[in-house]
Amino acid sequence: MGDLTTISSNLLYLAFILYLIATFVFAGTIRDKRTDSGDSKLGKVAITITIIGFLTQIGYFITRWIASSHAPVSNLFEFTTFFGMMLVFAFIIIYFIYRLNLLGVFTLPVALLIIAYASMFPREISPLIPSLKSHWLYIHVTTAATGEAILAVSFAAGLIYLIKKVDQTKRSKRTTWLEIVLFSIVSTLGFVVVSSIFSGLNYSAEFQFPVEGQEITAEYQLPALAGPNGGELLTGDAMQPWFEAPGWMQGENAARKFNTLLWSIVTGAVLYLLARLILRKRIAAAIQPLLRKTNADLVDEISYRAVAIGFPVFTLGALIFAMIWAQQAWDRFWGWDPKEVWALITWFFYAAFLHLRLSRGWHGEKSAWLAVGGFAIIMFNLIAVNLIIAGLHSYA
Amino acid sequence: MKKIICESCGHENPEGTVLCGACGKPIENNQHIDGNQSGKLLNMRYEGSARRSQTHNKSIIDKIWNFFSSVKVGVTLIVITLIASAVGTIFPQEMYIPPNVNPAQHYADQYGILGKIYYQLGFHNLYSSWWYMILIAMIGTSIIIASLDRVVPLYKALKMQKPKRHTSFLQRQRLFSKTESVSKEDMETVAAKLKSQRYKLTEEDGHILAEKGRFSRWGPYVNHIGLIVFLLGALLRFVPFLYIDDYVWVREGDTVVVPETDQQYYVKNEEFIIETYDEQDKRYQAAIKKQGGSVPSNYQTDAVIYKASNASVAGEDPELEVVKEGSIQVNKPIKFDGFALYQSSYQLDEFKTMTFKIHETEDEEEEALTSFTVDLTNPEYEYELDNGFRVVIDQYFPEYYLDDGSPASKSKYPRNPAFVFFVYPPNEDSPEVSFAGIGRNVDATGENDYKVGLQNFEVRDVTGLTVKKDYTLPFIALGGLIFMIGVIQGMYWQHRRVWIHPSESGVWLAAHTNKNWYGIKRDIEKAIDGTEVKMVQDQQELDE
Ligand code: HEM
Repeated sequence: MGDLTTISSNLLYLAFILYLIATFVFAGTIRDKRTDSGDSKLGKVAITITIIGFLTQIGYFITRWIASSHAPVSNLFEFTTFFGMMLVFAFIIIYFIYRLNLLGVFTLPVALLIIAYASMFPREISPLIPSLKSHWLYIHVTTAATGEAILAVSFAAGLIYLIKKVDQTKRSKRTTWLEIVLFSIVSTLGFVVVSSIFSGLNYSAEFQFPVEGQEITAEYQLPALAGPNGGELLTGDAMQPWFEAPGWMQGENAARKFNTLLWSIVTGAVLYLLARLILRKRIAAAIQPLLRKTNADLVDEISYRAVAIGFPVFTLGALIFAMIWAQQAWDRFWGWDPKEVWALITWFFYAAFLHLRLSRGWHGEKSAWLAVGGFAIIMFNLIAVNLIIAGLHSYA
Repeated sequence: MKKIICESCGHENPEGTVLCGACGKPIENNQHIDGNQSGKLLNMRYEGSARRSQTHNKSIIDKIWNFFSSVKVGVTLIVITLIASAVGTIFPQEMYIPPNVNPAQHYADQYGILGKIYYQLGFHNLYSSWWYMILIAMIGTSIIIASLDRVVPLYKALKMQKPKRHTSFLQRQRLFSKTESVSKEDMETVAAKLKSQRYKLTEEDGHILAEKGRFSRWGPYVNHIGLIVFLLGALLRFVPFLYIDDYVWVREGDTVVVPETDQQYYVKNEEFIIETYDEQDKRYQAAIKKQGGSVPSNYQTDAVIYKASNASVAGEDPELEVVKEGSIQVNKPIKFDGFALYQSSYQLDEFKTMTFKIHETEDEEEEALTSFTVDLTNPEYEYELDNGFRVVIDQYFPEYYLDDGSPASKSKYPRNPAFVFFVYPPNEDSPEVSFAGIGRNVDATGENDYKVGLQNFEVRDVTGLTVKKDYTLPFIALGGLIFMIGVIQGMYWQHRRVWIHPSESGVWLAAHTNKNWYGIKRDIEKAIDGTEVKMVQDQQELDE
């Protein structure tokens, strides 16, 4: 089986590289003076590479499924990679409806980041604990991820709209928020960069510290900016922490996760400031001129349409199938577990989005901000709830 | 009720109408209702029909009706519920904290001052709090009233619409074009091509309405009905016989009555099984090692379900008849007569019996003078033993621990049994007091001649099964199904209309859709292809 596992991870690498190439080819279409539509040759090349990349990733998925004897959606790495794959899938579908090349320039990098992010988690094939052994697990997780992925396309379109429309001539709340959104994307990149560097260096620092009266140890894979509260560094040549994580951060992994978050933000800030130094203006302001040809109306429509398509899929996967599975596994279809509650919150949010759009005429910019907010909630549920708020669903 | 006669077509509209139901001409005095301004695009919401909430404003009922039918209110309720729900995930809910701690203490200890506040505000039981329930109930009310307020007028308006529309209605559609001169054939071609795209055509004096996907307009109402059915289904939980949620522990080899079945059903635990993954399994080796070994793969109770066949006479053992035999696994409950038993917990190696021996304190060999066996589920009070010994159980601690120095029991389950025995040596009337448990036998006075020691014990596993009966599930499922149908109906189809309006020598084209403007534009592009008719222009200005 070892071979199959290797093939599987190679396919994932390959898919990643193909998406990367496709992103650049899509970016090339911006320079295409004539038109911003799939009729351009370059656009056709780009979407073809994207599709090949997607099929390659499907290859990864299937081989890993065979190697592990269960659908590879059972831990954070697998689930998040799958989410990235479905994001590409959702993009392909929306692309064939609207044929907007620019959408690829924004969606594919998000997918790339998500897959890179996923790869920072343990990648071993893990066995399924009894409660996860159900077909409804696959059905629920895959449909929910697909729904979220389609909703994420709405974010990409909303972001394009905002970068195009937000007035960059003077500083305002809107420009600041837009920079914050871009900064969070850069921080994710920062996380991937530092994690890769230090895992390349095989960095490891072990700490011993008390949790609820017991001494436990935890291993840091990044140098500790924030060490565990009351912790003692065991590894000789590792860096001493600069300070201790606050005492209210409970649990054996809290301080380590906090440290990782710090690193992401610090690296993100460095990258962001570098970009600002080079560009000498806000990042959004630097991108704005590239979007001159873009039809804002069309982008707005795509953002809304993605929600219209994604909302039913999300409801089905994240709520209805989830309830069926929960009824089987835990004898109650709903248990107010944090992950469940955040799925409900996501659902409420998009329901509010649809009503505002329909009845109160929240089109254009307001709608685009909502699309960004919705994506923030999805990411929160995907990542933060797993990492911060532990619950029945916590994979990692 | 007052009626409004349309100046243009003579149609009789109910009071509060914004756009004439037949020809669409804006009704002058009512443009404020949907905020229409002359010269701007028409607000086509609900076809400009007269809604109760926009016309009645006198009585208290009107006020309540208007409150709940407002989407602004509805969305506000949703957003409040959303925020409240999020707050409920900051710290674990009470049901997820360890069962035998004092919640007030626990939140304060674990989460400090914030935890304390959280507890005092009742956020630890947020989702069953009265105000959360009221929020949900208000959303439900809002859904019902808002839907009723709109669906009837909308239905009437869509039924009554005429192909021939007032010019101001057409000009003020978002998609509009004027073509000065067009041949009759071209006009017919456009209509025919729309028809081939599955538009339904109706005609009046050469004016044509091409329409498709009208049924999608009912999507929101269908999905709202689904939501209401779902919420009512959830309410049914409070009807006692529709919903049962209980729990039973069954020891291996035991047969016990299934709670809540009127002593009708019994369950026997033949065996409880835990299986773990093979640590040598190539596939999972690395992950298992990382997790510190032994990852469970299966929890299973081999069970037999019996039914009591004779109407059990009090005090008599019922006759049991096997109804079902099988294994209960996580994700695979066993079902009978509307009940389901779920594998939900277990306790390994609970003590079944303990055998104690009595020996002389001095005897280094600890040779047994006599022994006795205590059945831990059913201990006897007094044991008459060989050699004239007699033992009385003074105290029994099934799950022994030291509570501030004095012995106590954590539960009534024999997980760590300990006893205070009164040992009566042969021909003695006053007992020696002995304390005995796992790994300890203590002489209370230090002057005992005889000692009690553990000689032997038997253990067995105990399985914890949830007993569920839920007749509300079909309602919940039905609600979910209706919701999905409605939401797909409203989202994956759109109501598209194209009006073809012949002018002196040319044609006016106007079009409206409730969503997906890109789609309708492509439909029209296809329809006018190869004709003189001009493409509609998107008149919407997105400049807020
Ligand atoms: C969580 C609860 C709710 C969900 C999931 C929900 C869902 C929906 C959906 C999916 C639509 C269709 C939207 C579209 O076509 O873009 C819709 C429309 C609508 N909803 Fe809700 N809704 C909810 C609560 C409410 C509430 C509380 C109100 C009360 C004001 C309301 C009033 C409406 C109205 C007036 C429409 C438009 C109907 C039409 O266009 O004919 N909804 N709802």
